[in-house]
Amino acid sequence: MRRAAAIPRPAEQRDTGLDDAELRERLAYTWGRRPGIIGWLSTVDHKEIGRRYIITAFVFLALGGLLAAIIRLQLARPESHVVGPDLYNQIFTTHGSNMMFLFAVPVMQAFSLYLVPLMVGTRNIAFGRLGAYSYWMFLAGGVFLWVSFILDIGPDVGWFAYVPLSGPQYGIGKRPDVWAQMITFTEVASMAAAVQTIVTVFKHRAPGMKLTEMPLFVWAMLVTAFMIIFAMPAVMVASTSLILDRLVGTHFFNPAEGGSALLFQHLFWFFGHPEVYIIFIPGTGMVSAIIETFARRPVFGHIAVIISLVATGMLAFGLWVHHMFATGLPEIGASFFTIMSMTIAIPSGLQMFCWLVTLFTGTPVIRTPLLFVFGFFFIFVLGGMTGIMVASIPIDLQVHDTFFVVAHFHYVLIGGAVFPLIGATYYWFPKITGRMMNERLGVWNFWLAFIGFNVAFFPMHILGILGMPRRVYTYQHDVGWDGLNLTSSIGAFILATSFGLFFFNMWRSARGGAPAGRNPWGAGTLEWLAESPPLPHNFDHIPVVTHATPLWAERESLPIVSGISVNRREIVVTTLIEARPEVRESSPDSSIWPLIAAIATTIAFIASIFSPWAVVWGGALIGVALIGWFWPKTIREDLE
Amino acid sequence: MIRRMAWMFLLSGALAGCRDWQSAANHAGAEAERIWSLTLLFTIVLGLIWLAVMIAVVLVIRRRRAAPVSAHDALIDDAGHRRNSQIVGSLLAATAITVAILTVLSFITQRPLFAGRASTAGIRLIGHQWWWEVRYDGATPAEMFTTANELHIPVGTRIRLSLESNDVIHSFWVPSLAGKQDLIPGHNNSIELLAQRPGVYRGQCAEFCGLQHAHMGLLVIAEAPDAFEKWQAAQRAAAQTPQDGDPAKGAGVFVSKPCALCHTIRGTSAGGTFGPDLTHLGSRAYIGADVLPLTPGSLAAWIADPHSVKPGVNMPPVQLQGDELNAVTAYLIGLK
Amino acid sequence: MLRPQRPVPTLIAIAASLLTLAACKREVRDIHPDPVGAETPITTAMVPFSPGGAPSVTARTKKGEDYEKNAYQLAQGKTLFTKMNCNGCHSHGGGGMGPALTDDKWIYGDSIENIVATIREGRPNGMPSFRGKITDDQIWQIAAYVRSMGGKVLSAAAPSRNDSMSNLPSESRRGSDFEQHGGPTPKKD
Repeated sequence: MRRAAAIPRPAEQRDTGLDDAELRERLAYTWGRRPGIIGWLSTVDHKEIGRRYIITAFVFLALGGLLAAIIRLQLARPESHVVGPDLYNQIFTTHGSNMMFLFAVPVMQAFSLYLVPLMVGTRNIAFGRLGAYSYWMFLAGGVFLWVSFILDIGPDVGWFAYVPLSGPQYGIGKRPDVWAQMITFTEVASMAAAVQTIVTVFKHRAPGMKLTEMPLFVWAMLVTAFMIIFAMPAVMVASTSLILDRLVGTHFFNPAEGGSALLFQHLFWFFGHPEVYIIFIPGTGMVSAIIETFARRPVFGHIAVIISLVATGMLAFGLWVHHMFATGLPEIGASFFTIMSMTIAIPSGLQMFCWLVTLFTGTPVIRTPLLFVFGFFFIFVLGGMTGIMVASIPIDLQVHDTFFVVAHFHYVLIGGAVFPLIGATYYWFPKITGRMMNERLGVWNFWLAFIGFNVAFFPMHILGILGMPRRVYTYQHDVGWDGLNLTSSIGAFILATSFGLFFFNMWRSARGGAPAGRNPWGAGTLEWLAESPPLPHNFDHIPVVTHATPLWAERESLPIVSGISVNRREIVVTTLIEARPEVRESSPDSSIWPLIAAIATTIAFIASIFSPWAVVWGGALIGVALIGWFWPKTIREDLE
Repeated sequence: MIRRMAWMFLLSGALAGCRDWQSAANHAGAEAERIWSLTLLFTIVLGLIWLAVMIAVVLVIRRRRAAPVSAHDALIDDAGHRRNSQIVGSLLAATAITVAILTVLSFITQRPLFAGRASTAGIRLIGHQWWWEVRYDGATPAEMFTTANELHIPVGTRIRLSLESNDVIHSFWVPSLAGKQDLIPGHNNSIELLAQRPGVYRGQCAEFCGLQHAHMGLLVIAEAPDAFEKWQAAQRAAAQTPQDGDPAKGAGVFVSKPCALCHTIRGTSAGGTFGPDLTHLGSRAYIGADVLPLTPGSLAAWIADPHSVKPGVNMPPVQLQGDELNAVTAYLIGLK
Repeated sequence: MLRPQRPVPTLIAIAASLLTLAACKREVRDIHPDPVGAETPITTAMVPFSPGGAPSVTARTKKGEDYEKNAYQLAQGKTLFTKMNCNGCHSHGGGGMGPALTDDKWIYGDSIENIVATIREGRPNGMPSFRGKITDDQIWQIAAYVRSMGGKVLSAAAPSRNDSMSNLPSESRRGSDFEQHGGPTPKKD
């Protein structure tokens, strides 16, 4: 909070007539955070929040990976006793929930928070305080799940928590409530970040950056944000109804009183299938960004890729029933979802062809990020092929809920999102830290990940065909799955080594990597115009954009916007389609209230799995925090 | 991928010393056969497409190029744009056509699965945490009987199996015979089976159902119609009452000890319904929902402490004297 | 984040954390019960007066306290209550041929130890003895569940509603003043 900024104020200082050094210093002061621990807790800078988000999500990746290692240790041999069934069920549920809700979606949104404002040429993300709130909620949800797990209250009903197993009668104790409420935490966080991305992309683009000429990564994040806003409410309805069934005895999912166990599945998968694309589409955005830079030419068919992203985003909402083919649906209904699931191969194919043409007509420079893109091609395309197989009802009736499906979605998610993500980390690490990641370790990292992944997950296709159901804590010797499981476990440990190497490389490079400079890869998009790491205000001058790859189009220097205030946080708002400048607007100052509001929300959420009254008094608590958050401050703009 | 898959199949067979009685590839049912053909077809077509994409990627990597141009120049020089658009366009059309053909093939294959050709549901399968109750209906009560974890069907006859659940969602899946179908509380599901050759096929619950989901196996025994009739006749009969020796003593132990509170043995006073019907336990191949093969040793071990093989199972460990345990085991094994 | 992934130390770490945090017993699942026959000894007093003026004592047992607070034991008790056909006489706790279990009137004492003794030994006028029929742990589970029927256990651990029709609120929503009358009511003065 900046009391000093209230009236009476010194004359407005604008960025005209200041020399570069002074301008930079003043802007950095205006946009920087206040010193001390309170300053650290109250920052609303998208870069700091984005960085915390990324680091936290990687911590959850490592923790989830440890659980995966335990799973593979347990399944390496038949009838093994590394862990018992009770702990195993908690482990695989926490692994799945953690990877989906605490790693994959948040890490993508974290990159969005960090990069989108830089790529569209603005100084902060829209609603910066909401970003801080989003991060604290995400952190609280993650800590909630993991503390519960350590306390032996980890959810044990699978990451899709089907009723009646997770319902009041069979979901014993508070374990399923932990799952359901963890969802609420992370969905609040995701929705908040999605709203920020959409508004930033629509209204805060640098003047001249037409919607159609936006970087493809930004487009991917925009589509993802819209999908989050449409998909997440469904799962919040599902998880909240589940808590109501369990806590106050409603009958949403109770067939004996007119509810339906299948209703839960529909609600869950109406979210759950788009969720896969919420994770995958940002991955394609990263692939587009990396290919563009390393092929040294703009992505072929920019508009076609945009159309394919939007089409994928829409079709993703028409696929959910293909998770439910074995529930006994009528043929016509089920067949519709086969057609939709097959159709989504077309936009995905379109993107793939555009990338290949880009690489073919460009002059690729092969570095670690591009290696991971090649890994993405190999793995994701295979996952897409098995995706077409499970879209077919007859084949799905055999392989549904088996290790074939486990293989399929790891190919799609690790291939489609994690490989691009690691590539993207190598790619943007210099921007975020100012230092390059080690290339040699990067190559090792890639090959270990690539080999380890395929050795770990390819045999699972065959295990599924050989009849191994998923979510079994052990298996018997006489069904013939021993060898393939052992192979898979060996692969899993190679994969784990590659992640160890990845984290080690990050840690070492962050301390002693080669200094990067502004644009180490010679890339064309705006984030490479900023310092590495960017100063608090991102750009000394807001650029004016004339081309989709502005840094390539303008060799010497970009045209700039001038007349922006330097002693208060001011940004340029532009029109939706053409990005013509509309008004100058203030951007929120640092505030501790998002943290306080997040603490209040956390208390209300956790208490409400024990007593429905927590919603009442917790609501009041949140209300108080929000009053503090939105307490009117006299801003010059409001007086005008 | 095909070659790799074939190789992996060989490898897995070699490693397993293999008894692939739970494999979708080892099909013995009409449905499973159709699905397996479709699976192979999809694998080949999609594998070839994947291979083509990989070749393209390799070509991209290995293409000889002139020295890298500056990205700035690349912006201006886009000579092949029209040709490239045509390439992408035709690849896209090829994708759409392939996908459409695969969809139609899938629809053709699924027709019989939805056709509902078997007239009556003569057998009810009821899922419990963590075992299967199997009920054979009959025209008169005397023809009905209940068994557990073992489903006998006649070869060459289309059987409709009605699927019910007693608690949570389970899923019936015997890969060699057909695809899976869920057992959902409050829903009436069913599945049709047509075994083409006699044999023993293993199945397993395929929907996560709690603590012992991993140990919820089921054997399907497809046999010639006359053998099936003989089996049915034997199952309909009440349990024989042993006259002397260990079995007779065991019968007494069974009804006086906790066993009778949960298990039924028709023809005795044991009438509990919490656990599986044991009237003809001795005729089954496995115990504990396919956890242990039925031998005197394993049965005695199971009665003494079922939790060491199936932790969390609803059956409590029963403390019996050594001779009581032997007697009960002998009695149960004798219930052919 | 910077830790390389090694499963064994983590297993140890998780096990250690579980041990240190063993105080949180509400969710622990002891899925390996003692065999039928082994009995936890208890001392119970059935009436609130005793000869000689010394206070009558029902000794509290640790097992009783643990079971009343543990969600898993309570849920198992609920299942067994149905499967052992307790509803036949006690009718979901409301009472029928046997006394109600949801009210505050207890002929043979209301502590979990008293209830265990009642189930174990059986009582005149119809209550059978379950000694040797079910395991001792199962008796404790049922007894703990019986306590929950009158809202006498930790509500965070008590069972929620069943997936069936019922005219009673779930055990987790019954306050300790919950009463549902029916069946023969003991006259106690």
